[in-house]
Amino acid sequence: MDSDDDFMSAVSSEDDILPDDSDNDDLSGAEDFDFDDEPDPDLGMSKDIGRKRVAYDISFKVYQPADIEKQQDDLINEVNMILNISKEEAAILLRHFRWNKERLIEDYMDAPPQVLEAAGLAQESASLPRLEVQPGFVCDICCEEGPGLASFAIKCGHRYCVDCYRHYLSQKIKEEGEAARIQCPSDGCDLIVDARSLDLLVTPELKERYHELLNRTYVEDKDTLKWCPAPDCQNAIECGVKKKDLDKVVPTVSCLCAHRFCFGCILSDHQPAPCELVKKWLKKCADDSETANWISANTKECPKCNSTIEKNGGCNHMTCRKCKHEFCWMCMGLWSEHGTSWYSCNRFEEKSGTEARDAQAKSRVSLERYLHYYNRYANHEQSARLDKDIYTKTEKKMVQLQKESGMSWIEVQYLNSASQALQTCRQTLMWTYAFAFYLARNNLTEIFEDNQKDLEMAVEGLSEMFEKPVTELADPKLKVEIMDKTSYCNKRRIILLDDTAQNLADGRWTFNVELTGSAPASGGPSNRR
Amino acid sequence: MAPGAQFAAKRLGKELTKISKGLPAGIVLVQGDNFEEWLLDIQVLDSNPLYMGQTYRLKFKFGSSYPIEPPEVVFVKLPDRPIPIHPHIYSNGIICLDLLGQQGWSPVQNVESVCMSLQSMLTGNTKNERPPGDEEFVRGNRLRPKDIDFYYHDNNV
Repeated sequence: MDSDDDFMSAVSSEDDILPDDSDNDDLSGAEDFDFDDEPDPDLGMSKDIGRKRVAYDISFKVYQPADIEKQQDDLINEVNMILNISKEEAAILLRHFRWNKERLIEDYMDAPPQVLEAAGLAQESASLPRLEVQPGFVCDICCEEGPGLASFAIKCGHRYCVDCYRHYLSQKIKEEGEAARIQCPSDGCDLIVDARSLDLLVTPELKERYHELLNRTYVEDKDTLKWCPAPDCQNAIECGVKKKDLDKVVPTVSCLCAHRFCFGCILSDHQPAPCELVKKWLKKCADDSETANWISANTKECPKCNSTIEKNGGCNHMTCRKCKHEFCWMCMGLWSEHGTSWYSCNRFEEKSGTEARDAQAKSRVSLERYLHYYNRYANHEQSARLDKDIYTKTEKKMVQLQKESGMSWIEVQYLNSASQALQTCRQTLMWTYAFAFYLARNNLTEIFEDNQKDLEMAVEGLSEMFEKPVTELADPKLKVEIMDKTSYCNKRRIILLDDTAQNLADGRWTFNVELTGSAPASGGPSNRR
Repeated sequence: MAPGAQFAAKRLGKELTKISKGLPAGIVLVQGDNFEEWLLDIQVLDSNPLYMGQTYRLKFKFGSSYPIEPPEVVFVKLPDRPIPIHPHIYSNGIICLDLLGQQGWSPVQNVESVCMSLQSMLTGNTKNERPPGDEEFVRGNRLRPKDIDFYYHDNNV
């Protein structure tokens, strides 16, 4: 089935509803993507009125390594021609300006020497750097001298022996992962070692790594570009969503490798929850704050010395091991006040116990609320983790089905679609619970909860059908049912996401935590230096 | 000797030869019989009351890529060798100096120049204090100095 894998992974569970991204033309002017601070009011959501657009859908574009290199080369060539400087220098200048060509040209026209200096370039472009044997040369790094010692210097003239230079460059590239900003080894010299000098000195293997690192800086320097985080994926994604808008939109993008992730925080797709809530939720789940809650809900503190006590026997007559204080586990009141009512505390609202109980009740409610959402979140997460198993099982089922029922390969693809739909919907459901945990009640939460319930029921229904033995799966009636249920699940998911995204964009949700996603706007390169 | 240490050894050998001809005032090589770890004593020569009359022990550790890579330099505490008080020197002897980090280091630096930089770092200081968060850092830190991400926030001290 090797050859089939490629095809199947390309089948998206939502291909029936999402517009084709490859012909998405909103970003065609990517090069001159404007960096200004003005909010893009529609976030590229509703530009094409003719095409069906859902509120959570955002524009993006996937670039493969060759595209990335070509973009860089185009920019370098352009600057090389306009400013009449070498390509190596153009590249260094562009990196210095974080690939903002317009600003580079403008600034350079104003004051070439200052721009060159700031970027780490020498003004004097007398002769090309080359290896030389100079009489009387002593290398300041290894302190070697002697006739025939080949040395090298970039335009600043700080000259070191070839061995040391090589050693230095390989240390920077290999150990420190540096490429675009490798400076002259001399103390306090800011001149940048350009690509041509580097190519002159290092081994082909290092050269390759160097150019790989340079490519990385191109993507990392641009706010609109991000690497696909999937293991071994070398693609980058371009998306115009700005950091300050992350409390209004959940920018899920999907790479050519089929990985779907959030452009804002690089985590796996977490629609409908905004990045900030996801961060808070994951922290809450990871850290010990809930352990502390458990302790406060399941243990009590000695009313006298505050030692933490967990009740492990049946008797309500507690004697603190530390301070020997005697109290009643039920009402936290003094045991001596109990008189003869041993083992069943029937006293109601005696003063000494009220306060202790109040605090505990609060923490118990808060824990219960958290656990309600967490259990549902974790359940879907676990199911999502089992997706891989389901997928392999599906594959086997499909092969079996082909053999047993004589159906063709294309005829059994409905099982693949169903499996894909299950995966995507479960991931969405999982995050609806984290989302709901932080959601403050208003009129809209009921609609949300209805949507959530509908999707969940649809998913569970599909999941059940999906588990049926192969003999039953071949039944044409069930096949139709599965296909219907699959598209119903997908539809419910769209409805839920559309609704949440629309309300998020319009700021109609209220959360019970501060949503500080609108951090100070990054403001483009102008503020950066 | 670790593989590749040839490079460091050659350079350190040259440095030793130079040191044997004399070091600047206030710097003494205490131990330099191998190419992995050296001990030096430094003194502040002017009359800065914070450091007057004191001698401080420095430990240099060299990796196989020295001098391409910076050495690890810390102050060592001995009965007669305290840790100098300075807003960039932690009480466990770890020094926060950009010169000793990957970014600020240059391979043309050497043991002598590092000692001189430390001398002048002490000379120029008037603050009788440890870095902020010293106590916590000293208690919690398990990293080697080179793995600590110092933030060189202030180059004036």
